[in-house]
Formats: sequence, structure tokens, C-alpha cells
Amino acid sequence: MMEKTWNNRAWFMVIPVLLLVAFSAVIPLMTVVNYSVQDTFGNNEFFWAGTDWFTEILSSDRFWNALARNLIFSMIILAIEVPLGILIALNMPKKGLGVPVCLVLMALPLLIPWNVVGTIWQVFGRVDIGLLGYTLNAMGIDYNLTQDPVDAWITVIAMDVWHWTSLVVLLCYAGLVSIPDAYYQAAKIDGASRLSVFRYIQLPKMKRVLLIAVLLRFMDSFMIYTEPFVVTGGGPGNSTTFLSIDLVKMAVGQFDLGPAAAMSIIYFLIILLMSWVFYTVMTVSDAKSQ
Amino acid sequence: MSGLALNSVTKQFGPFTAVDEVQLSVPHGTFVCLLGPSGCGKTTLLNIISGLLHPSDGRIEFDGVDVTNLPTQARNIAQVFQFPVVYDTMSVYDNLAFPLRNRHVPEDQVKQRVNEILDMIDLQPMARKQAQGLTADQKQKISLGRGLVRSDVNAILFDEPLTVIDPHVKWVLRSQLKRLHRQSGFTMVYVTHDQTEALTFADKVVVMYDGQIVQIGTPAELFERPSHTFVGYFIGSPGMNVMPAKVSGATAIVGDQIIALSGAPKLGNQAKIELGIRPEFVRLGREGMPVAVSKVEDIGRQKIVRARFCDQPLSIVISENAEVPTDPKITFDPAGIGIFADSWRVGLEG
Repeated sequence: MMEKTWNNRAWFMVIPVLLLVAFSAVIPLMTVVNYSVQDTFGNNEFFWAGTDWFTEILSSDRFWNALARNLIFSMIILAIEVPLGILIALNMPKKGLGVPVCLVLMALPLLIPWNVVGTIWQVFGRVDIGLLGYTLNAMGIDYNLTQDPVDAWITVIAMDVWHWTSLVVLLCYAGLVSIPDAYYQAAKIDGASRLSVFRYIQLPKMKRVLLIAVLLRFMDSFMIYTEPFVVTGGGPGNSTTFLSIDLVKMAVGQFDLGPAAAMSIIYFLIILLMSWVFYTVMTVSDAKSQ
Repeated sequence: MSGLALNSVTKQFGPFTAVDEVQLSVPHGTFVCLLGPSGCGKTTLLNIISGLLHPSDGRIEFDGVDVTNLPTQARNIAQVFQFPVVYDTMSVYDNLAFPLRNRHVPEDQVKQRVNEILDMIDLQPMARKQAQGLTADQKQKISLGRGLVRSDVNAILFDEPLTVIDPHVKWVLRSQLKRLHRQSGFTMVYVTHDQTEALTFADKVVVMYDGQIVQIGTPAELFERPSHTFVGYFIGSPGMNVMPAKVSGATAIVGDQIIALSGAPKLGNQAKIELGIRPEFVRLGREGMPVAVSKVEDIGRQKIVRARFCDQPLSIVISENAEVPTDPKITFDPAGIGIFADSWRVGLEG
């Protein structure tokens, strides 16, 4: 029998990772948890508040309205960007000079910093000098994103579609080009219609990347902050105040650290839950088809 | 003419000629193999027949009707590809039913036809299973089945469909395919680079080389009277011995040896004259022309003797019991000798 050697020095090797994770994730998160269950008036004095802040947030119309706006926004974004992305990807050239041209054009919006995108659309939509706002009004369409909530929503949605459809396009395109030619040839031989080719060849082959695209677009649109903040500042009124904008107003504008921390945690848990649901659906449907 | 006809079909990809002036007719109900090495244009030719590729020049006719400009869907042709193509999200049954349903065949006929095919390819127990989880063998069986399922096709084209199949399953599928051909009477065109496959299957073998058809014939014709040195070399194992020669009257001269021919070749003024003889027609014994044996390979029922004759490599096939003499000599069976001028066989006078 060999003696088992005990050498705990190996534990030192994990210390860098532990420190990194601690400083980048655990400690900041615990700070938020800390704030969410206590009350403070500064001077590092804390009072136990228990679940008060959570109750306050969960019973406030302000939170539920922001959440509802956010969910509606995400659903609209997905409903537009996913089909549009698939449609564009299907019509992109598969070979020749068109490929790099299309890819660069598609990648351009993704390369622009988010607040610059917001600024572009803010100026674009202005009724006095903006190309979009001025033209629409000159055509007799009453458009004003700073006064009309519907106009503000349309602008924010159009901006997000402009900014992020490319991501769906690029992911779908990657899925499409990986389909061997023989599939299309077989479909021709089998007399399949264009729709059948999409339904039975292209869609199944795109399924994986499409699920990733939906997941990414859902999470990103659910966390959207910069662009609507620059374009509408959450207005007119509260009409484009999404969860993240509301959170910043509460934390930075009003310095309500307790409720803001509680809201952060609820917000975080919602996104975690959604991602988990998506991930489970993806893996389950994958396992089923094996 | 009933059947499939290609009329000086040419296909160019840029400066590269993949198929060069091909002339071929396949009578209705025959099983034809296109045999040739990789890159000889056989798959291109197949895709031209099915309409997946459009020829640069030439005409394609089905039963006397010009289909050159018809799209694949309108040609009513089935094709099986080298690598399995299955519709992942469909069940095995639906995969097989797909070509029929696309053509609006009534569902009761679809059911009958698909069940016949399922029995034939041994996938009846998996009919309801989703196609995605199957093995490569089974997927290729589905591809084969989809090619066979339509009962009204003009021709079924196969593009090396058994490449991905395990050897023991290959034999089963080959005999099933052969049986199916006899039963159904479909016109079948089968592309392969495997001579065993071509020779066991086909009524007629079309040997292609460099985009051209070099010989069309029955397996026996290809073996006994190859019309091109390539056919001699490509068919048979080992291939035909080919050596440079001079011809004078009814004799050929290789090195310093004079070999009698059964007649005088009808030669023009071709540059390159060669003598070809299959290893099976070389007799090894104690009399004749001297030869240096370098190696004897025992392949079971036969032995292959590798030797040098007049500084040329020479293969000889002898039976398993035959011994190689200590001072080996060879004679050539005049009936087995072919004279090739610029690689093409020339006829003999008298």
C-alpha cells in the first residue's frame, strides 16, 4: 500500500482565481445585498431593514410599470429583429465580392459605441434640425419624440432595430453558410418548394444560433439603458423609462440606496431566471432531438 | 429513342474543361456505371443529367425530348448523393414521403410506397424515429430510399452512395439495389471509382478519364479488349502491363525481344506505340523470354509475380500452386496482346 501524501500547498494556486472572482463579482454583489436589507443615512451608519425595501419595490406601481414597459419593449424587439434578421441573412450573397461588402455593412452598426448610437438618433429625430424629424414634419406627419410617447417608442425601437438586427443577421448567416450544397441539391431533386427548403433545411440548421441570438437580444434589450437614456431620457413623462433607467434615477438621482439595491437584486434575479429558462429550453430541445 | 441520351455535352469551369464532348445513350431500364478516378468529371456529368448543372454546350434528351434547359424539378429524376442528406426534423417515414408529398401524391399511395421502401432498406422499426439521431449508415439508407421512393422517375442517379457505408452493409445494399433494379426496371446511372462495384453491378460500364469517355462496354469487354491504356490500367487488379514497343508487320519489338502478334496492327503515323498485356495473359515457365523476378505476393487464390522485363516493370498472375522456376522465362499469349497508338487501341489486320 502506498501512503497517501497530504500536501495542501496546492490550495495556494487557486488563490488568484478566488481573489479575482471575489473582487469582480462576489464582493460587489454582496455590497448590493448589504444595502438592500439595511437603511443608511450616510456616515457608515446602518440600520436593519429586513425585507422592507423588497416589499416597497414589489408593491410600487413605478416598478411594475417599468417592468411591463421593459417586457413589452423586449417582445417588440424580438418580434421585429429575429424575423428581419433571418430575412436579411437568407438574402445575403453566399459567395463572390458581395460577401465581404455585406458583412462589413452588417458589422458597422455593431461597432458604434452605444451612446454615440443614441446621439445619432437623438439628432436624427429632432424636429428642428434632424433629418428624420424634419422630413416627417415637412411631409405633414406630426412627429415629435420629446412630446408624443408613441413617437418616442417608435424612435427607440427603430434605433434598436438599426443597431442590433445585424447581430441576428450575422449569427443566422453563419448558420446558413454551414449548410452543405448537397442539401439544396437534394431539395431540388425532391421537388421541395422555397418554403419547404426554409422550413426543413435552413430553419433546423439555424436553430442553435437562432436560440443564441434570441437569448442575447432578450438579455440586451431587457438591460437597455444607454441609447434610450440619450435619446429620450426616459420621457416624455415616464413613457420610455425602462428598468435600468428607473434604477439609475432611484440610485443616483434620488440616492435611495436601499430600494435601489433591492430593485437591483430583483432585476438581477429576473434576468437570471429568464436566462435559465432559455438555457433549459435549449438543452432540453437539443437532448430530445439526439 | 427511349431512354436517356447525351449529345456532345461539354462543361467548362472557367478555363478548366470538366466534361469534354460526351456522347452517351442509356436505353430505358439499363443499369449504367460511370467509372473513373476522382476528378475525371463523372459527378459533373451526373449533375448535368439531373439539371443541377447546366452544360456549356450540348443536348440532353429524355425519351427523345430535349430537357437541356429544364430545371431539376421538371426533369423528374431522382438522385442520391455521396454524403447522406436527411431532413433532420422529420421522422424517417416523413423523409421518405417528402418527395411524394411535394408532388401531391395521394396519402394512401404515399403510405403504401413508403412502407415498401422501408422494408427494402430495413428501416421499418425506425419509421417513427426522428432522422437526426441515426447513424451515417442509416441516414444514407434514408437518402437511398428517398431516391427510390418515386415510381415514375425517368432515371435514378447515384453519386458514389456507398462511400460512407460499412463494408459488410455495402454488400447487402449492393445486392438489394441490384434486385431492385431487376424488379422495378428503372434506368439507373451509378457513379463510382470502385471497379468491383461497377463490374458487379452494371449492364454497361462507362469508363471516364479526363472529362472524356474512353470506353463503353460490358465488364468482360473492358477486361479483354480495353480500348485505351487507361482502361487497361484502371480495370483489373493488378492493371494491364503497358510497355513501349516498336511494330513491324505482325511482330512487336520490346527492348531486344521480338513478340509475335496475331495480326499486323493498322498503324498510321502515331508518335507513341505501346504494347499492353494483362498479367493474366503472361505465361511464366522455363521457355521464352528472360525475366527478372523481384517479388511474389500471395493474395490467396492467386499469386502476383512482380518482375522486370526488358527494364520495364511487369506483373504476372499465376495460380496459387504454381512455383516460380529458378531461371524464369515468359511467353505472351498473342490473343491477350493489345497494341496502343497514342494510348488508343489499334485494330489488327487478318
